[in-house]
Parts: sequence; C-alpha cells; structure tokens
Amino acid sequence: MSDAPLNSFEIRLSQAQITLERDLTQTLQINTGLLCDLQCRHCHLSAGPDRKEIMSRQTMDQVIAYATSNRFTCIDITGGAPELIPQIEHLISALAPLTTRLMLRTNLTALSQPGKEHLLELLRDNKVVLIASFPSTNEGQLVAQRGAGVMEPSLSMLKKLNEIGYGIAGSGLELDLVANPSGAFMPTGQAAAERKFKRDLARKWDLHFNNLFIFANMPLGRFADWLKQSDNLEPYLEKLQAGFNACTLDGLMCRSLVSVAWDGILYDCDFNQAAHIPLGGKPTHISELEGLPERGTAIAVGEHCFACTAGSGFT
Amino acid sequence: MSDYYEREDLKRFAEIGKDAPELANKFFDYYGAVFAEGELSAREKALIALGVAHAVQCPYCIEAYTTSCLEKGSNLGEMTEAVHVANAIRGGASLVHGVQMRKLAEKVSL
Repeated sequence: MSDAPLNSFEIRLSQAQITLERDLTQTLQINTGLLCDLQCRHCHLSAGPDRKEIMSRQTMDQVIAYATSNRFTCIDITGGAPELIPQIEHLISALAPLTTRLMLRTNLTALSQPGKEHLLELLRDNKVVLIASFPSTNEGQLVAQRGAGVMEPSLSMLKKLNEIGYGIAGSGLELDLVANPSGAFMPTGQAAAERKFKRDLARKWDLHFNNLFIFANMPLGRFADWLKQSDNLEPYLEKLQAGFNACTLDGLMCRSLVSVAWDGILYDCDFNQAAHIPLGGKPTHISELEGLPERGTAIAVGEHCFACTAGSGFT
Repeated sequence: MSDYYEREDLKRFAEIGKDAPELANKFFDYYGAVFAEGELSAREKALIALGVAHAVQCPYCIEAYTTSCLEKGSNLGEMTEAVHVANAIRGGASLVHGVQMRKLAEKVSL
C-alpha cells in the first residue's frame, strides 16, 4: 500500500465505496510508438514527427509470443501512427490469426503516404478493423484539432477505403470513426452523433462508415498543455468531475484490457501509459508476464480517469 | 456590484425562486420540458436557443447555448448559420417596417 496521498479520483471512488479492479483480460492493446505524421492538439501522448520512441522488431516478437500463449478476443494496434512503424506488416500478419478482432487505429493521413499501398492491401486481406480519427465534419474544427492540410487527405483516404469495401454493408470490412470534441467541452451522446455523422458524410462527400465512437479528451500530454495555456484546465477538470457517473465503472476498458507500450512495458490502459502509471504500480516488461494480469487486482488510477467516467463514459 | 452583467450570476439563476418559489418552479419545470427531446431533437432545440440568444442579446444565454450546442454535437458551421438566421430575422424585422415608413411618408407627400 502506497503512503502517497489519494488523488481526487481515488477519493471519489472511496466516497462511493467502490474499488476499481481488473476483470478477465480480453483485449491486448499495443502501442507501437509515438511517431506520427501529425501533431494533433488533443493528443494525450504528445505524438509527432520528431518522436523517436518506436517498437523494435524484438519487442514486436515478444508481443506476438505473448499474444500466442494467451487468448485475446480483441487485439488493438495503436500509436502514434502505427502505419509509420518499420515492420508493422510483420506485427499485423502475425497477430491476425491469433484473434477474432484485430483493430488498427489510423489517422488516415499516414495511410495515404506514398508507398503504403501494400499496407492497405494487407489490412484488407486480413480483414483488420480500421478505427479512423475524424473528429468533425466541419473543416475549421477538424483542422484546429489535427493541423492544416489534413481534411483533404482524410477524405481521400475514406473514399479509397469505401472503394475497396471498408464501411460498406456486406463487405465484412469494418470502418469505424472516432471523434473527440474539438475543445474543452464534453462529448455528445454517441447514438445521435453517429446518425448525424452518417448523414453529413453521405450528403457532403458520399462517404460511409460503420460505427462512430465519441470520446472525451484526456487532460494529458499535448491536450493538457493546451488546457493550461488557454486557462481551461481547471474548468475542464471541474466539468469532468461533475460528470462522474458510477454506472460507467463496470464497463471501463481498463478492467478487461492490458496495454503494452512501444518499449514492452505494461499498463492498465493507454492513458495510464501517457501518465506513466504502470500496471501493478511498477514497470513490468511483457516478456516477464506469465499469463493474463490477475483478476481482482487493483487498477492504477489518476485524475485523468474522470475523463472515462464522465457522462456515458469511455469504454 | 462592479458590472451589470457578471458571468458567475448565471449560476445563481435559481435564486430567482426566493420570495416567489411557485412561479419559479413553474418556469423551471416548463423550461426543462421545452428542451427535452421531442419532435425536435435536443440538439436542434439548442441551435434554435442559440439563435434566439443572439436575437435577444443575452450574454448568459449565448454562453450557455454555445456550450450546449457543442456538447450536443453541433459544429461551428451550424452554429454560425443559426446566428445568421437570428440576424436575418432581426434585420428583416427592421427592414420590413420600412414599408410602414414609406406608406406614412407617401400619405403626407405629394
């Protein structure tokens, strides 16, 4: 037991007489590194073109070995921009047979870069579920979040994905979009937003997708920097705390997910990775872990966890 | 009181119930019912409220419904168009009264 003072999230859990514990781990999330072609202003990992932290072939093989010896119903490859990681094709090919649902997070622009055509074919052939960032159908807000010149290549890539079957009913190729609020405000309800995005994308650009996921922005990394610079940190944290909804706790992804960072260190989730709070409180390498993280063990939490428990939650 | 309008006063809106609670309760109940999901979605109602807030130039309402529109999934393009709708009606209302001016002027003019 740590002697450190409780953070505000721990206090809230304690007041509600709730302990947040791990359940059966079903998802392996792999963060392949912080290298990205974009510098999105809401990025909790502060990923960007200058970041050198990327997963090595050796760590990839250790991740593959772990995924082989344990059963995961879902494997989620994320970044940075995983498309830019050398030998990402090796990781995708090795993991695809090991799970029923292999997902790749894409910012759409990295996949648009010259020379990535073979990667697109590999994703299609392995029926990899694509989770694409597309925060707004309004160009000004999308560009404010993701950077100048991002709208056109994003739309072009979505069009290309639709052309090869992604997001088209009956193709078996799933294309989901992720939208974060473009600022220090709470996200809207998912069902209504999905209906609106589907209508807007079809009407404006004849584009189609399967599901929309709406997530609150994490007060970490580059987004936390912006919150501080713009004097929005305190009101944003107050808003997240005011929105605390204990009903979200059962479905939190950290209860059933283990997240491995680019260097092989394990975390309860990608956000704890950004906050440098490792699984079990001390750094453990994936090559050292035998079996799945134990059920019933405590999940490390921080103030940022309010972003996952506000409103209808972040699952 | 340093200013007639103070941002924090919006949080004290419920104090209007002091000394006349029944009337305030009726108003707030009605207000809640108006903005509930109905034939119009809560998002559409927030956009209308944003336009009206500009027409009546209420800074409390403008702040509240800017946030509400963003959090209900409207984008800045839609919100800006809503303000233009308010402006068009407000400007049009002034301009259409010009017909009265012209009729009155015509009546007394050669």
